[in-house]
Amino acid sequence: MIKAILIFNNHGKPRLIRFYEYFAEDVQQQIIRETFHLVSKRDDNVCNFLEGGSLIGGSDYKLIYRHYATLYFVFCVDSSESELGILDLIQVFVETLDKCFENVCELDLIFHMDKVHFILQEVVMGGMVLETNMNEIVGQVELQNRMEKSEGGFSAAPARAVSAVKNINLPEMPRNINIGDINIKVPSLSPF
Amino acid sequence: MSDVVEKTLSALPSLLSLDSQAGAGKLSPSSKLGNLIKGITELTSKHEEETLIKKELESIKEQVASPNTTMRQMKEIMVRAIYCEMLGYQASFSYIHAIKLAQQGSVLEKRVGYLAVSLFLNETDEFLLLLVNTVLKDLQSTNLIEVCMALTVVSQMFPKDMIPAILPVVEEKLTHPKEIIRRKAVLALYKFYLIAPNQVQHIHSKFRKALCDKDPGVMTASLHIYLQLIKENPESYKDLTGSMVTILRQVVGGKLPLDFNYHSVPAPWLQIQLLRILAYLGKEDQGTSEMMYDVLEESLRRAEMNHNITYAILFECVKTIYTVHPKSQLLEKAAECIGNFVLSPKINLKYLGLKALTYVVQQDANLALPHQMTIIECLDHSDVIIKRETLELLFRITNAQNVTVIVEKMLEFLRLTCDDYSTIDLVGKVAELTMNSVFSLGGDVMQPDIPNNFLRLLAEGVDNVEDRQLRLFAVDSYVSLLQGETAKLPQRFLQVISWVLGEYSYLREEESDPGSVMRLLARLLDQRHTSTETRSWVLGAMTKLCSSPVSVALARDVCERYLYSGSLNTVLRQKAQELMILSQDTKLRARVLPAEGRLESPEVDSSLSFLDGYVSDALAAGAAPYKSPHQRQEDLVQEKALSLEPYGLSLPVSLSSCSITDRRSPTLLSMSSGLSGNSTELSHQEGSTTLKLEGVKRVWGKDGYLAQQQSAGETPTPLVELPSPLLSPQSPPSQKPSSGLEPDQEKRQLASSLFVGLGSHNSVCLVRLPSTVWLFIKNCQSANQSNVVKSLFKPFYINSCQSKNHGSFVKVSGIFAARKSCQTDDSCCFPPQISCISGSPLKEVKGHSVSVCLHTVVMKRASVQVELAGLLSYQRPLGQPQAAQFSLSLSLKHFLRPLTVSTGDYGKMWLSFSHDLKQNLRLVTTEHQEPLTATLDALKGKLHLHVVDIIGSEGIVACRLLQGPGQGQPCLLHCRVHADSLAVWLRSPVPELPDSLLYHCQKALTET
Repeated sequence: MIKAILIFNNHGKPRLIRFYEYFAEDVQQQIIRETFHLVSKRDDNVCNFLEGGSLIGGSDYKLIYRHYATLYFVFCVDSSESELGILDLIQVFVETLDKCFENVCELDLIFHMDKVHFILQEVVMGGMVLETNMNEIVGQVELQNRMEKSEGGFSAAPARAVSAVKNINLPEMPRNINIGDINIKVPSLSPF
Repeated sequence: MSDVVEKTLSALPSLLSLDSQAGAGKLSPSSKLGNLIKGITELTSKHEEETLIKKELESIKEQVASPNTTMRQMKEIMVRAIYCEMLGYQASFSYIHAIKLAQQGSVLEKRVGYLAVSLFLNETDEFLLLLVNTVLKDLQSTNLIEVCMALTVVSQMFPKDMIPAILPVVEEKLTHPKEIIRRKAVLALYKFYLIAPNQVQHIHSKFRKALCDKDPGVMTASLHIYLQLIKENPESYKDLTGSMVTILRQVVGGKLPLDFNYHSVPAPWLQIQLLRILAYLGKEDQGTSEMMYDVLEESLRRAEMNHNITYAILFECVKTIYTVHPKSQLLEKAAECIGNFVLSPKINLKYLGLKALTYVVQQDANLALPHQMTIIECLDHSDVIIKRETLELLFRITNAQNVTVIVEKMLEFLRLTCDDYSTIDLVGKVAELTMNSVFSLGGDVMQPDIPNNFLRLLAEGVDNVEDRQLRLFAVDSYVSLLQGETAKLPQRFLQVISWVLGEYSYLREEESDPGSVMRLLARLLDQRHTSTETRSWVLGAMTKLCSSPVSVALARDVCERYLYSGSLNTVLRQKAQELMILSQDTKLRARVLPAEGRLESPEVDSSLSFLDGYVSDALAAGAAPYKSPHQRQEDLVQEKALSLEPYGLSLPVSLSSCSITDRRSPTLLSMSSGLSGNSTELSHQEGSTTLKLEGVKRVWGKDGYLAQQQSAGETPTPLVELPSPLLSPQSPPSQKPSSGLEPDQEKRQLASSLFVGLGSHNSVCLVRLPSTVWLFIKNCQSANQSNVVKSLFKPFYINSCQSKNHGSFVKVSGIFAARKSCQTDDSCCFPPQISCISGSPLKEVKGHSVSVCLHTVVMKRASVQVELAGLLSYQRPLGQPQAAQFSLSLSLKHFLRPLTVSTGDYGKMWLSFSHDLKQNLRLVTTEHQEPLTATLDALKGKLHLHVVDIIGSEGIVACRLLQGPGQGQPCLLHCRVHADSLAVWLRSPVPELPDSLLYHCQKALTET
């Protein structure tokens, strides 16, 4: 079972926090801090698994994470999950985000935290993997979006703001979480 | 905050204001979120953030309380509240409004409301009761999205007591026409099963229906349930094996719609799930296992190694194969698969490979053997996680022979990571557990420095929480051990136990009655098999423990038995006496054993100067001057005087065999007491004590623990110090012994010591010969080295037989060590390709000594590899002649030396050589180097080649072959990068050399 999903940036600022097991507020914050502490000091060329922490559920607990440009995606799972399976699930999740937000970047996660949550809900439900097929997930999300459009209105506005921000030319910075990068840096899409 | 965001956000205000102009008042909530985020990004300190968020929360509070706030605005406010909560600031006042939003909002608002509720609340929250009716209503809604939302929130958290209220509606959803609803309903029911298994008992048949659902997605969801059910009770679900096998076969066979493919692998996550279920079903059940062999084999075969996800399937498959009833053919394939994982350059796969190995070595430790070198490399891996997994693996293959090295490695790891609070606890336990299993496994054969190291680990370190936990853990586990059957525990382990209990029992004092540990210790004393030495440790521990009245009474009991029932052992009597006195006199006890002084190291006056007065008094009173025991023994023999043999025996037992661990170890406490106890019977006692103290291995000195010189490749029993082979006449005088071993050899040595005892035959480094002779064969390439060789408990053995590259020739040396003297003669059989320049004659090896024999060999004809066979015959003075065969393979590598020439000379030589060969080789790619440089470096490192020059995409390399005294024949290599391979052109005056060298180049590059 997946116990928690944490997304934070390179500085440890949380961007999305979802616990599937109850922890008190302060414990949650401690888990985020410690997880960031553990994950951030690891190079990009070491393995994507961490074990033996004492944060959640004792020894039956491992962290599986991926690092994309400015963001860390960390899944805290118990021993009933397959390491490589979860690793690819993260990839599916990120690719789905990319599809939904068109070149997803950290800003999208900040301004559309609720939407990211809704997308996540279609991937993982109550700690169980619900859907791994990207098209299915996108389909579900779009179904909801259509409804949103029919209701229309202001909720489209922040998206406009963000896309305007995105279009400002900021050449020196990697603006998105770089799905494109995955093909190059994180070799998950290319064959092993 | 990231630069990106920060800079981007600096552009925000203008945008937002633009928007707000365009969209009028509508936009104010969203710009509020924008402002909030912007505000946060501009902050420089945590304190400022706090103030800002507090202000934000105040404004949220105001808005939610206002009756004018619409649901639509509320939705926006909720997102802000979620944001604050995510940052760790409680917005508890908004919880009720989140529920209201879920109750009253339109679909979209409801969605945010549900989200906020599921993020803010937990199962035990009373607020949730307010939501039950809303959930019920939404479950029955005709709007699919509302049903989905309700199912999602139900599976996230729902009050246990309220499950019956919605259960029928959720059950109904199992037959819903939409598959997404069915799927979510299955997962919701699974969640119910997890929190309240009794309440879903009656719907197990519905689970089965879900398993047979026409939609594979629903079936996949139901596997979550079955995995759990079968894990808990495999027996009741054996009848499902057939179905699971069929499903897996269909999935593997590509029968699912293409939609389910992920990177052209059919439904990988489903496969993983099914393989896990099969593992539970087939465990320890031959019949069931036989049903799945075919499909497992097919899975292995179909999973081509091309993507991460196929590795995930393979890993699961291997695990299943090793869990179910074994089938040798499958096991072989699985082992091969594990090999691929371990050898993979991908670090994730290597990690999983190690994990898989850890899992399988429990069944067959020999599986680790082919991967020795990889495992050694992983021990020094830069990634702590890999390192720890490796230790875990070693932990599983621990046996009596390799225990020292493994524990040593673990302690080393512990010391390195002692500041890493998250790992120390776990690793401490691993070490701890090893200690226990190891002590009980090989306890008595072990060298005393292992327990010493372990006790040091416990005793050292500041008094922080982790240390305390480790100690407490040790105490607890030892107490429970003592409560069981103790007869089988090795003496050394019992000693460790008593020390630990004596020292740290106070940690558990609060929770148990103080006498319990004392009683356990007293029980140890009662047992017949407990040795004298152990008894003295036990008494020492009791001395430290007798603080409570119960303990004192117990102690007195014990003492009386020892003092008055006439124990003959003086040391024990002495210790009992101490115990007696100290248990009765609390003040004295506090002075001798101060509780707060536990961490200070003791001052040991090894010269015993405090006895000077006593000695001079005794001398003045007419006592004879001190003679050493050795001297005394001689005197006795000469004089044939009264035999003092019994005392002579008792003394070394009590003093020399206990090593000093701490000021509180029994030996040290009784140092002076042993003296008074014996002095009546042996004159000049004081002197002998001094001498004995010198003889005792000194672990603690004035400045605390004395660090010991340890060579990296420790083997269990360091007894015999070898004279360096370099002292033999054949070695050139210029060579000096160096203390460090070359890394490669070090690793091999480590490998041989780590994997010793695994399997009866190990082709790499250990050949086991008829029981009395051990032959250790190692190939090493280092030029200079001094070698510390360790002995085994065998009367006679060859410890090492190795080939070495010295400057101008290769030496093959055999090292013999003997416990009893004997005559040895080794004869080597030289294949036609090599010849021996010098050999060594027959020699006599005295007991407890070693002899080194050396053969210097050169290669007459170049060949890839030669096999050097030999026969060692030996005869003990009174025994039959015996013989042991050994063989050693020498590769061309050993006979290669770099050839230093200038580019000009190289050109001249190139033209003059007749034998040549061309071939394309693989290029080595690394991150930091050009491929050509990297490849040549690899060759240089592995084959001792000399890189003469690199120009652009071409490089020239030279080496020579040892063929006799003098320079030796050269071989030149010309390398050019061509596309992504390396075109190599070799030339040499020796016919076979280019061919053989090419073979080694290929091998060296594939290994890289």
